Amino acid sequence: MGNARTLTKLVVATLGMFGFGFALVPFYYKICEVTGINSGDEQSLVRNTQVDTSRWVTLEFDANTNTALPWQFKPMQRSLRVHPGQLVQVEYEVTNSSNQAIVGQAVPSYGPARAAAFFKKIECFCFTPQTLAAGERRRMPVLFVLDPAMDREVHTVTLSYTFFDTGAKAQAADRREAAARG
Amino acid sequence: MSDAAHAHDDHGHHARPSGVMRWLTTTNHKDIGSLYLWFSFIMLFAAGSMALLIRAELFQPGMQLVQPDFFNQLTTMHGLIMIFGVIMPAFTGFANWQVPLMLGAPDMAFPRMNNWSFWLLPVAGILLMSSFLLPGGASAGGWTMYPPLFIQGGISYDLTILAVHIMGLSSIMGSINIITTILNMRAPGITLMKMPMFVWTWLITAYLLIATMPVLAGAVTMLLTDRNFGTHFFNAAGGGDPVMFQHIFWFFGHPEVYILILPAFGIVSQIIPTFSRKPLFGYASMVYATASIAILSFTVWAHHMFAVGMPVAAQLFFMLTTMLIAVPTGVKVFNWVATMWKGSLTFETPMLFSIAFVCLFTIGGFSGLVLAIAPVDIQLQDTYYVVAHFHYVLVSGALFSIFAGIYFWLPKWTGHMYDETLGKWHFWLSVIGMNTVFFPMHFLGLAGMPRRIPDYALQFTDFNQIATLGAFIFGFSQLIFLAVILKSIKGGARAPDRVWEGAEGLEWTVPSPAPYHTFETAPVVK
Repeated sequence: MGNARTLTKLVVATLGMFGFGFALVPFYYKICEVTGINSGDEQSLVRNTQVDTSRWVTLEFDANTNTALPWQFKPMQRSLRVHPGQLVQVEYEVTNSSNQAIVGQAVPSYGPARAAAFFKKIECFCFTPQTLAAGERRRMPVLFVLDPAMDREVHTVTLSYTFFDTGAKAQAADRREAAARG
Repeated sequence: MSDAAHAHDDHGHHARPSGVMRWLTTTNHKDIGSLYLWFSFIMLFAAGSMALLIRAELFQPGMQLVQPDFFNQLTTMHGLIMIFGVIMPAFTGFANWQVPLMLGAPDMAFPRMNNWSFWLLPVAGILLMSSFLLPGGASAGGWTMYPPLFIQGGISYDLTILAVHIMGLSSIMGSINIITTILNMRAPGITLMKMPMFVWTWLITAYLLIATMPVLAGAVTMLLTDRNFGTHFFNAAGGGDPVMFQHIFWFFGHPEVYILILPAFGIVSQIIPTFSRKPLFGYASMVYATASIAILSFTVWAHHMFAVGMPVAAQLFFMLTTMLIAVPTGVKVFNWVATMWKGSLTFETPMLFSIAFVCLFTIGGFSGLVLAIAPVDIQLQDTYYVVAHFHYVLVSGALFSIFAGIYFWLPKWTGHMYDETLGKWHFWLSVIGMNTVFFPMHFLGLAGMPRRIPDYALQFTDFNQIATLGAFIFGFSQLIFLAVILKSIKGGARAPDRVWEGAEGLEWTVPSPAPYHTFETAPVVK
């Protein structure tokens, strides 16, 4: 019958438009993303003017453990291109593969060495000794800024960490770390 | 209204229950049309009383009668009820009465669904009105229901959302019924381009309702889940975006504006040719203009949001599409005037209201064009200029067309002529009252008086006092209208089949009052 067919079509249209109302939600965010309207970047009132966007520096991340320490240690990313002045966060992952809790501490070093003074760490797992239970796996962040005052000739900076078993040698590790931070 | 006198005509049909059950169980399009119109009339007095309370508070600066929070409840409920409880049901009532009569159909396509469409409305009306009695009072976040305010309120906000759901469902069911009736149940010979303009405008309106009401339902569902079920569609703290609500709401809201005015265009397009004793000028262009307005209405929504912030390109787009709508609207106004041109005009009450409609709606249209200009709108956003604009299109537009339509078809419905003298009193008091309320609001808005605020700066006092005076004239003159209707139901001069000399169309071929069942065999139209 004609009326039943018209009814079916109109009910389908109604349900379709109800769904369309909800489809507008992802659609809205997609439009904003594509056109750059309403994005967090546009809206942030304070822009970081200390970033030197005129050059790029490649950062390489390296991780080692002292042979006496039965831990696995690796960076979550091998390298990164950043502007000096930009706030950067990277992560490392460490696993205690022994069957006992061990206290370890990481010691950073930099290549080239003259970049060390411009590598400003704000937060680092190397600031404190890390205690890992047997078999524990942990991800740890490093938050830093490359000082824009760094020589323009430096195009690549390598950040290398080595984890040591602290135990009695905890004091010495702290001193070495403090010296490295300058 | 075609009541007990015709009960005996019922032989051959199932027996009709009496009393309340007759109205609760009725599937007759004329009964349901009357129910819609009475519901809308009662709601007009409810929401009108709220308006008078608002105007009474605004008679003087400072706080006199009501607390600010109650004032906000009044503005919110006045808006919601006038739109969803008065204008929309009234037009649906007209559609129920007139569409089958105009098309030579025996009834609506789905009579039982028709009964449901109506009886959902009083439920929603009770939810809205009773929310005044709840702790914290009725919802006070504005009829547009913007978050974050609307996700912070108390229980009555949930009731309001539920009521909007129910009223939306009712309109969708009504629209499905109207579309199916128009598409499938026309008498042989009535092609689409021979349909009366009222039927055309309602066909297009019903499609608009089907396209937008579900979107509103989706938007308020998101509000409901944000409020109660921990979603974050619009909650910025949870990663949502309150501006997105405004986009979704106005995607519904702007076509809704045309839902509220297209049937008015239809009614006026029936009345003006009748009292000009000339066919409607430019029938085909009227149909195309109506369809263009409906299609364009989906491309203009963000002109309600210029002040929210959007790129210049978007402002230009929405500004230009909005102005483009003036073209088909202008075609309509031109056609009405051209219909009257060199006609044999007479000025019975329906014609008076229709002429007032054409003049005053045009004023509202022009103030709309002013508001469409983005840089001007940023000045006028949320001022009384906006209030003046939308009351010119909704009161002297939609409501006046409803008055006109009631006077026009009342003799057909009741079988008695209405009292022409009282009708003229009603017209003149309404038109003077209406202009006295809303015209000064243009000046208040241009001078910077914000809307939805219960207090104002001293320099706005004079115009506010004039407006309040006009509001009471306009409000109380509606009692005359009630008297006219009751008088016409009770008795009066008998109306002939063709009530008006210049009336054309199938509804004037049936007796007055229209029998309970009409066109059980389809009429033949050349």
